[in-house]
Amino acid sequence: MATDARRENVSWIGGIRRAGLAPAVGTSLVVLLLLWLSVNLAKTPSDFASVALEGLTLGLVYGLIALGYSLVYGILELINFAHGDVFMLGSWASFAFAAHQLNLGADSSGFTVIWGLALTLLVAMAFCGLLNVTIERLAYRPLRNAPRLAPLITAIGMSFILQDIGLNRLGPAPVSVPNILPTGAVFTIGGNEYRWSSLIVALTTFPILFVLIWLVQRTRQGKAMRATAQDQEAAAMMGINVNRTISFTFLIAGALAGVAGLLYALYSTNIRYDQGFQLGLIAFTAAVLGGIGNLPGAVFGAILIGLIQQFNEGLSWHAPSSQWTQSIVFAILILILVFRPEGLLGERTPEGG
Amino acid sequence: MDDKQRRQANVVLKVLLVAVVAYISWPLALLVIVLFGANYLDPYIPERASPARRAIIPTIILIVVITYPFYNASLADMRLFGAYPDVNTAVIMGVYVIMAIGLNIVVGYAGLLDLGYVAFYAMGAYTCAWFASVQFANHNIHFGDVGVSSTTPGIHINIWVLLLIAGILTAFIGILIGLPTLRLRGDYLAIVTLGFGEILPQVANNGDSLGGFNVTNGPNGITPIDAPGIFGTSFQTGSGAFFTGPRLYFWFVLILVIITVFCSLRLRDSRLGRAWIAIREDETAAAAMGIPLMRTKTWAYATGAFFGGVAGAYFASFKSSTFPNDFNFNISAFILSMVILGGMGNVWGVMFGAAFLAYLNQEGLANIGHSLNQTFGTHLEVPLYQFGIYGAIIVLVMLIRPEGLIPSARRRAEFHEGVQDTPLYDTQHG
Repeated sequence: MATDARRENVSWIGGIRRAGLAPAVGTSLVVLLLLWLSVNLAKTPSDFASVALEGLTLGLVYGLIALGYSLVYGILELINFAHGDVFMLGSWASFAFAAHQLNLGADSSGFTVIWGLALTLLVAMAFCGLLNVTIERLAYRPLRNAPRLAPLITAIGMSFILQDIGLNRLGPAPVSVPNILPTGAVFTIGGNEYRWSSLIVALTTFPILFVLIWLVQRTRQGKAMRATAQDQEAAAMMGINVNRTISFTFLIAGALAGVAGLLYALYSTNIRYDQGFQLGLIAFTAAVLGGIGNLPGAVFGAILIGLIQQFNEGLSWHAPSSQWTQSIVFAILILILVFRPEGLLGERTPEGG
Repeated sequence: MDDKQRRQANVVLKVLLVAVVAYISWPLALLVIVLFGANYLDPYIPERASPARRAIIPTIILIVVITYPFYNASLADMRLFGAYPDVNTAVIMGVYVIMAIGLNIVVGYAGLLDLGYVAFYAMGAYTCAWFASVQFANHNIHFGDVGVSSTTPGIHINIWVLLLIAGILTAFIGILIGLPTLRLRGDYLAIVTLGFGEILPQVANNGDSLGGFNVTNGPNGITPIDAPGIFGTSFQTGSGAFFTGPRLYFWFVLILVIITVFCSLRLRDSRLGRAWIAIREDETAAAAMGIPLMRTKTWAYATGAFFGGVAGAYFASFKSSTFPNDFNFNISAFILSMVILGGMGNVWGVMFGAAFLAYLNQEGLANIGHSLNQTFGTHLEVPLYQFGIYGAIIVLVMLIRPEGLIPSARRRAEFHEGVQDTPLYDTQHG
């Protein structure tokens, strides 16, 4: 009898879910959010617009990191915990290269800045890409056939090591980066400036995203990646070098983290040894929100998260403000994983991934 | 390598280990020899040997540990590691042992990766802080408190009662967190627990004006917190030269550790514990055998949380303070690396891992850095590398010996032969 009652209890919980509690809660949350946004829009339209633009810019930077999580998850089903710290080291590498090797600063002339930053971009991409490949080779490949949680735990360990390297390079305090990009306003909305640096950051990410989509959808290497993601064994039988494909995926993911590292350093003008952990988790949330493993989804989710973060910190009417940002992002992560683990754009699969 | 060769290699390794430990410090080597000897003698002691005979070695070890505060200062320094740990450090080691054993129930027994264990520790610490400090100064409630003047405002409840309350409250939080999330597959569960582990400290940090109430006193934390007491003697002051404060803290944390170990071992062998291990090994088969997955997993969560809460409460009372900054992700990963280093699933291994890492964190790393700098004339700041070192420990253990230093035989077999760990439940249809 007792067991029956308990079983009923379980199916009772399942019952409400089937009856539509989750969609109801989700819908009402979204409606409340929209209501809050429209009141804010009505009260301070110019603030709203500039906050939205900043959110979009930030979201694009998050998107570059989120893509790295999504790429690796798609191919190995591994949450690459160390990815955020690769991004942090990308920030460090580009800062060290641009400020100390090239001596770029706020007073550098336009021409020097363009060439210097292009060079820094390449250096950061190469550095992070190779770092990521090395991590995969040393820490994840030997565990390819181990129980699922083994590589995840290793990734956490890797993340600690990288963060410690960052701590040794950058020190415990935030390091400020010189304003290399022009800080003047492109245009102003009701007294709020939209700065050139934000525009440049946004404009840099678009071509990179298109190249990535082309790479995955149209090239032989991309085809190999998609095949390996679908079924490693079958891909190997078709003559695809699985190990090399996985290495290539890590290279791409790392290079994207490098781009994000440079752009974030330029955009926020200060870097910290633990930024990788925080932004990494935010970007991971973005990847989950869009549907992990789904590349356009990652960018979409990242823009949403960027907007949410900026709305939260920038709006004036009943905004929880920045001290709650992390909690809000994690609450979104938990709600999405519990109620819609396939994400907003993901497909429903038996594993929910 | 056949069985005989493996046994020989094992003996050689143990002799080497004893030699290394003897080089560091001979009393420690003696202890290691006793432990290894006990391990070897174990099969030769007949099943029906009298309890007295079976209890000889545990009793020796217990006496060595209980009398530790009397002789630790007179022990010669270890090579490389410097002085033996101070009694206060030993208390902290004990607290971490309790937390690691609690996490071991979740990770080691039930195979659920929990990256937010620090949330339970925080919950326990804040429970203790609320009910044994001047935080709620407009109340004046005293219940069995020791060493607190009855005119002191705030709620002051006996710490031993509070430990129980903290444990139960934390277990309840564990159930609340577990119910919606435990349906998730391994790595998703890990992320969700990580999320909770990050949210709770932020709530504590922003909790100085939650809807107008000062609940947690924000970043300034709650301090001071009452000390525990026994027979009218507060641990803060102690009583005489024999019952000093640190010694009392040490002996009582030992009692808590023994209770925790006892519960953990009994739970492992109980019906519930066998169900946890079955779920860890093969969820589908376990469900087919009639094990209710959700309920069993939730119990694992609640039990692990209980010990985390008790340890957190005792620690808060020992430190006499609790700050939101004490509860970041690093602590979760730190406790996790204790479990991994020692050997997931094996209580003795986990105890060793916890005691060793807590010691390294508290004194060991600084001492090692000091002796390295003296020997080689370098200027290394070893504590600066501490989280890199823990990271390296996690990675190396997972790569070289994923079952940990002192594994349970069962867990080792899983890591080397692989297990069926495809999930039974898909994540949306609970």
